[in-house]
Amino acid sequence: MDPVVQVRGLVNRFGAQVVHDGLDMEVNGDEVFGIVGGSGAGKSVLLRSILGLRRPQAGTVRIFGHDITRMNEAQLREVKARYGVGFQSGALYSGLTVLQNVQLPMIEHLQLNTSALDDLAMLKIRLVGLPADAGAKFPAQLSGGMIKRAALARALALDPSLLFLDEPTSGLDPISAAAFDELVLYLQKQLKLTIIMITHDLDSIFRTCNRVGVIVDRRMISDTLNKIVDDPNPWIQEYFHGERARARLEAPHGA
Amino acid sequence: MTLEVQRTADAVTLKLSGEWGVREFGALEKDFASVDVRGAHAVVIDAGGLKSLDLSGAWALHEFVRRTREAGAAVSFQGAPPDQLRLLDETLKETDAAAIPAQPAAAAGRAGGRLLTGLGRETVAFVDSSLEGLAFLGRTTVSGLGDFRRLKHLRPISIARHVYDTGVTALPIVALIAFLISVIIAYMSATQLRGLGADIYVVDLVTIGVLRELGVLLTAIIVAGRSGSAFAAELGSMKLNEEVDALVATGVDPFEVLVVPRVVGLVIALPLLTIVADLVGIAGGALLCRLLLDMPFAQFIARANEAIAPTTFWVGVLKAPVFAVLIATAGCFRGMQVRNSARELGRLVTVAVVQAIFLVILADALFAILFMQMDI
Repeated sequence: MDPVVQVRGLVNRFGAQVVHDGLDMEVNGDEVFGIVGGSGAGKSVLLRSILGLRRPQAGTVRIFGHDITRMNEAQLREVKARYGVGFQSGALYSGLTVLQNVQLPMIEHLQLNTSALDDLAMLKIRLVGLPADAGAKFPAQLSGGMIKRAALARALALDPSLLFLDEPTSGLDPISAAAFDELVLYLQKQLKLTIIMITHDLDSIFRTCNRVGVIVDRRMISDTLNKIVDDPNPWIQEYFHGERARARLEAPHGA
Repeated sequence: MTLEVQRTADAVTLKLSGEWGVREFGALEKDFASVDVRGAHAVVIDAGGLKSLDLSGAWALHEFVRRTREAGAAVSFQGAPPDQLRLLDETLKETDAAAIPAQPAAAAGRAGGRLLTGLGRETVAFVDSSLEGLAFLGRTTVSGLGDFRRLKHLRPISIARHVYDTGVTALPIVALIAFLISVIIAYMSATQLRGLGADIYVVDLVTIGVLRELGVLLTAIIVAGRSGSAFAAELGSMKLNEEVDALVATGVDPFEVLVVPRVVGLVIALPLLTIVADLVGIAGGALLCRLLLDMPFAQFIARANEAIAPTTFWVGVLKAPVFAVLIATAGCFRGMQVRNSARELGRLVTVAVVQAIFLVILADALFAILFMQMDI
């Protein structure tokens, strides 16, 4: 099977500062791929390059086999309708209710009547575990955990097979974060999603990811979770075996 | 995506095939709506031919099954029902549909009653908002006076920045508009007065008009549009970003660091802008008199000296600080009211500019009455 997302030789520069220099990444269908890296390593720039928000200086980005770096706006729009994105702070449209937030991608990309829009959007809201009355609320009335869920509902609005999540558990308490991880896992299994997520949360990585890509020295080292923890790269060693990670590794893991 | 219907005497068989996704949802609903299950006791669904079924496609199927069952027919699947239906059932079971609150009933009442309540509500809102604005002005004054007592708290760098942003950068547009307006007045009055042989009074009209009213009024309106909106937008986005809360939590008075420097900065900048507008306006009038009426500059100056007194200039310039306080307060007040959403920000920036201009013109009218009573 072709990889769902394939990045080859990606180069991103800001002036003299080189963020990525020949970065390769491959994500297969039906897997949860975690992107890890230090602050300033270029995780967000990588995500922006993959989403087509930024044209890289060199390299190719293939999503579902199409090279998006050579696409015009109209072609890019078709690809964008096939994936969902959950932004770090939710990025819910503050002037719209949760229900309208979920409906917006549907209205933009599909021709549906009002009752179908309401039904489908409400279904997505309930799917992510939000109470039904959350649909009528504005983003400012939601708690942090609910905003993350509402953002996930909006990302799922067009029933994508590919989902990008930027730090989905950041800012949540451990219990909410664990619940969010379970939700992501549940939806991944049920809807057979391919998920690419940027995360710093070690618990989240061990619970949800099949494979992990670490950005070090402007390139990516990626492997299955079990193998990557033994990679000799010093940053990876420090990340997975440092003070904060030790407790996690010593505890039995893997469900 | 296809939906094949086979009818027997009292049974309907549906054969589903192809890709069923959210993109086909509209067509699916139409197809399902056209399936006639009346009189059928059993509906058999064969989903074996489906290549793919996403959640929206499953919802269309789910709704059809529900409707058919409600109509009294038995629905069964040939082979196993699709997994997606099970997921739907689980989702719907967990979040009970009964939890969906009814839409709040619209306030009933006759049209006349609604008009009256609307009027009442608007009035109360207007009075509330005016009182809040007054309270805001009061707090700014108290905070500002406190700062002047402890000069360390008066932030000179911040004030200088606002003088630059609201004053220096506004110079070109203020000068241009003052020039154009005085040209318009000189031109209009020249064409009228020439017929009466009263050319010389063009000088009176231009100098007195610009110095007393137009210089300061136009400058204030331009500044209200430029800086009143900028104040509201800056403070509003800081509110949205919780930066104002961060200041309060740090023990810093947002009035002291955000509002007072803007008010003081504008109080310094607006009179200076007004003086520039006065000078450019008079220069524009002199130029036009020279070109249109062949009046030498010396004659213009001599006549202007007779027409105006020092009070003519001071009456205009003294209004500027008052206008500055009104503009800055309206901008900061509306900015600080922003809550929750980007739409609110846009609305309040608009309100800030409209109110600033309204207040400036209202104050100008009051000044006109005051000066008339004082015989200046």
